[in-house]
Amino acid sequence: MASFTSKYADELIANAAYIGTPGKGILAADESTGTIGKRLSSINVENVESNRRALRELLFTTPGALPCLSGVILFEETLYQKSSKGTPFVDILKEGGVLPGIKVDKGTVSLPGTNGETTTQGLDGLGERCKKYYEAGARFAKWRAVLKIGPNEPSELAIRENAYGLARYAAICQENGLVPIVEPEILVDGSHDIQKCAEVTERVLAACYKALSDHHVMLEGTLLKPNMVTPGSESGKVAPEVVAEYTVRALQRTVPAAVPAVVFLSGGQSEEEATRNLNAMNQLKTKKPWSLSFSFGRALQQSTLKTWGGKEENVKKAQEAFLVRCKANSEATLGVYKGDAQLGEGAAESLHVKDYKY
Amino acid sequence: MSAFVGKYADELIKTAKYIATPGKGILAADESTGTIGKRFSGINVENIESNRQALRELLFTSPGALPCLSGVILFEETLYQKTSDGKPFVEFLQENGVIPGIKVDKGVVDLAGTNGETTTQGLDSLGARCQEYYKAGARFAKWRAVLKIGATEPSELSIQENAKGLARYAIICQENGLVPIVEPEVLTDGSHDIKKCAAVTETVLSAVYKALNDHHVLLEGTLLKPNMVTPGSDSAKVAPEVIAEYTVTALRRTVPPAVPGIVFLSGGQSEEEATLNLNAMNKLDLLKPWTLTFSFGRALQQSTLKAWGGKKENVAKAQATFLVRCKANSDATLGKYIAGASGDSAASESLFVKGYSY
Repeated sequence: MASFTSKYADELIANAAYIGTPGKGILAADESTGTIGKRLSSINVENVESNRRALRELLFTTPGALPCLSGVILFEETLYQKSSKGTPFVDILKEGGVLPGIKVDKGTVSLPGTNGETTTQGLDGLGERCKKYYEAGARFAKWRAVLKIGPNEPSELAIRENAYGLARYAAICQENGLVPIVEPEILVDGSHDIQKCAEVTERVLAACYKALSDHHVMLEGTLLKPNMVTPGSESGKVAPEVVAEYTVRALQRTVPAAVPAVVFLSGGQSEEEATRNLNAMNQLKTKKPWSLSFSFGRALQQSTLKTWGGKEENVKKAQEAFLVRCKANSEATLGVYKGDAQLGEGAAESLHVKDYKY
Repeated sequence: MSAFVGKYADELIKTAKYIATPGKGILAADESTGTIGKRFSGINVENIESNRQALRELLFTSPGALPCLSGVILFEETLYQKTSDGKPFVEFLQENGVIPGIKVDKGVVDLAGTNGETTTQGLDSLGARCQEYYKAGARFAKWRAVLKIGATEPSELSIQENAKGLARYAIICQENGLVPIVEPEVLTDGSHDIKKCAAVTETVLSAVYKALNDHHVLLEGTLLKPNMVTPGSDSAKVAPEVIAEYTVTALRRTVPPAVPGIVFLSGGQSEEEATLNLNAMNKLDLLKPWTLTFSFGRALQQSTLKAWGGKKENVAKAQATFLVRCKANSDATLGKYIAGASGDSAASESLFVKGYSY
C-alpha cells in the first residue's frame, strides 16, 4: 500500500492538523543538556537540573502564552519534570491546549569521505522509546537532519542518507502514535546567495518527500520543519518579502498539499527577523495549501533568557518578554504582525553562530 | 539551479495556467494514423487523409464547442492540415482561444526481462522536432508513459524508466517553448481493488515528481495527465464520490502545488462515467491547489463518431452531440454537472478495451 495505515492514523491526522492551527505554533524547548548549558552559561547561570526546570517552568506558566502555542518540543529530561507545585509539565501543557512533543534523535555523526557532512543517529530502539514517550504523554516527535551548502555540498550521499533517516524515523513514529516533525535543516552558513539556497532547499525537500513516499509515511500525519530560504550568513540581507517569495515557492515546488503545516526553524535569525519573515510569508498572495507557522527555539527565548538571568525576582519581567514574542509570532502566522512588538533586549540581535552545534 | 528558467519561462507559465482555466479542458484529438484507423473501422469509414481531416474539422468547427476548450492535442499530420475553407487548423484554433498541442512520443516498446512492461520512445531529436512544432503554432506537448498493475507490476525498473523518460521529455519541451503534459498512465486492466490502484498511482507519481525535480523541470510550466484512481476493469464499479476521494487524496499526497492544473485521461471509461467522476472531484470538499479538468479522447468523441458515421449529412447532428459532451465536461470542471444531460445511450457505453494499444 502507498501509506501505511497505523492504528493511530486518525489521531495522527487530528494532532498534525491541530498543531497547524492558524494563530498557533511550536515552542522548541528541546535543548539537550549540553546545549542548554551553552545558553545558561551565556547568562551566567549554572547548568543544574533545578535551573533547567526553572527555565521551562518560567516559559510554560507565562500568563497568556500557551494560547499562542499548539505544541512544545521537550528534551527527555523535561518530559518527566514537574512544576514547583508538583504538577507534571506534560499536564500543564495539556491543560493549556498544548501538545507535548519530544526530541528523539541522538545527534549527528560525520559521514566519512565527505567534507564535514553528517547524518543523524537515533534509529536503534526508536520504536520502544516512542512507545514510552507516548505513555508519558508526548504526541509528536522531532528529528533534526543537517545539511550544508558548499562548492560540493550537499553531496548526493548526504541528501540521500539524511532523507532516508528522516523517512525511517517518521514511519517508526507513526507506528507508535507520534506525529513526526520532519526537519531537514540546511545551514545558513556560507557566502552563497538566496538563489543557491532555494536550489538546494528544493533538491533536499524533493528527496525527502520521495523517501517518505518510499517508506509509506502518511503525509497527513506529519509536519515539516524546514529552514526559510535566505542568503547565506556571509551575504547581504534581503527584505522579508524576498525571503517569503523564495521560501513559499520552494515549498510549492516540493511539499504535497497533504502535509497540513510547515513549522519553520529560525536558524540564526534574530527574534524580530524570524517573526517578520514568517509574517511576510503569510501575507503573500499565492497558493499555500499548508499553514505556515513557527517552531522556534532561540527566536522565542533569546530576550526572555537575558531578562531572566537565572534570578527569581526577574521571572515576571522575563515572562512578559516571552509573551511579547509569542504574540508577535502568533500574529505572524496570520500575516497581521505590525512589527510593533516592544523589542526586548536582544530581540534584534542575530543568533547566528557559525557552524552551530546543537 | 533548481528549475531551469530558459527564455520561454514566462510564456510556459502563462500557457500552462491558461490551459488549466476552470470551465475549460483539453480535447485529445491526437490519435495516430493507426489508432484513428481503429476508430474509423468501428463506424465503417475509410482511413484516408480526407476523412481524418473531415473528422477533425467537424470537431473544431462545432458551434459553441471551442469556448469549452483551452487546448487540443493534435497528431503531427493534423498540425499541418487546413479547414475546407483553406484555413490552417492551428490558426482556426488560436483565433478561438484554443491552444494547439502536439503528441511527441513515438509509442511504447517492451522492457526486456519484464512481464510485458514498456517504456516510451521519442527522445531522439526531440528538441529539433519541438522547435518545428513551435514554429507551426503548437504551444504544448504530450508524451504518454504506460504502467500496468499486476502481481509484480509495476516493477521498480518500469517506474524508474518511465519517470526518467517523462522528465527528459519535459525539460526538452521547456527548452523549446512547449508546455509538457506529463502523462504517466496506470492502466485499469486487472482485478485489483481501488486501494491497490491508489497505492500504485501514489508510488508512480512520487517517482515522476522526483525525476522532474532531478531534471530541473519548471513545474509551474507543466501539466499532469494522470489516470483517475478506480478499481480494476475486472472489479466491481464504485460510486463517483469514492473515485473522487481516492483520486484527490493520491494527488494531494504527490503533486506539488506549483503544478497549475491536472487534466485527467479517461482510460476506458464511458463518456458519462468520466464526466461524473470529474464532477465529483470538483465537488469534493478537500483542499486542491491545482485545477482539475479533462484531457479526453474517446470520452469526448465516442458518441460524436457514431452520430457522424463518416457522412456529410450527419455533420450537424454529430456536432450537436459533440457540444453536449463539451458542455458536460466544462460543467464538471466547476462541479456543476447534472447527470443525464445527454440522453444518448452511447454516452454510457464503456470504452474499455483490454490491453489497449494506442
